[in-house]
Amino acid sequence: MSIKPSMRTPLSRVRGLGSAHAGTDHFWLQRVTALSNVPLVLVFIGVVIAAGGRDYEAARAIVSHPAIAICLLLLVVSVCVHMRLGLQIVIEDYVHGHGAKFAATIANTFFAFAVGAALGFAVLKISFGA
Amino acid sequence: MADVKVPAQRHAFARPLSPHLQIYRWSWTMAMSIFHRVTGVALYLGTALVVWWLVALATGPSAYETARWAMTSLVGRLILFGYTWAVFHHMLGGLRHFVWDFGAAFERGPRMALAKATLAGSLALTVITWVVGYAVR
Ligand code: HEM
Repeated sequence: MSIKPSMRTPLSRVRGLGSAHAGTDHFWLQRVTALSNVPLVLVFIGVVIAAGGRDYEAARAIVSHPAIAICLLLLVVSVCVHMRLGLQIVIEDYVHGHGAKFAATIANTFFAFAVGAALGFAVLKISFGA
Repeated sequence: MADVKVPAQRHAFARPLSPHLQIYRWSWTMAMSIFHRVTGVALYLGTALVVWWLVALATGPSAYETARWAMTSLVGRLILFGYTWAVFHHMLGGLRHFVWDFGAAFERGPRMALAKATLAGSLALTVITWVVGYAVR
């Protein structure tokens, strides 16, 4: 491959980042988490079918099974990253005011982390049975 | 995004504007694109329901009974039915994005077929899931 004359340094070319110092990470992470969401969401639907509507003890027994709890924890991470990135795009498309966009983006981050912390804590507490 | 300097009298320029959504003739691909976004946002908000269910289960029997009562009520079931459809529709819509990411199915025929399959598939999977859900009770 012949390299055309360029003002860019070899390092900058390797990194593939422009003046924004950011590349395709957002897009890529959205795709990776979309992919991991598929099996994890399917497991979750199975868990809801099995445990939903059951009494307290039965539901806890299902959710606290190690294989299920681990899948649920992975789901929480995958979905929270994915939905935060996804909603950020929606905000950037529709919220134009500087302050409003700033506030909405931060609220989005807080929401995603709050959901993640609540679900992660709940699954662990159910699993460790306190 | 970088800031664009907007001149004080921005209406002094007669720039072409992108028409609003209601101007376009509806098409399958446009509808499914919008559905993907709407279901994505619905799933986002609906995580509150998942939090309610699992945090209640972590809290204790009485909190869990309240959540169970709400979610198995008629209104609760309707909402969960809609949520099931949203997750399947968004999932199939996401898989459709993967197909495009590999550079396939941009032509008119496959594009339309995929768009219709997304809706038909999501409705079918939703019904199947609920039939299974009731069958194992
Ligand atoms: C089940 C598997 C899932 C798949 C395969 C998937 C796939 C995708 C893909 C590919 C995109 C990007 C669309 C684009 O670039 O225009 C996206 C966007 C999005 N996803 Fe998901 N997703 C899944 C689950 C979820 C879940 C569970 C949530 C929320 C709890 C969610 C929330 C969102 C949001 C808010 C967006 C942004 C919508 C937009 O920009 O129009 N997704 N999803």
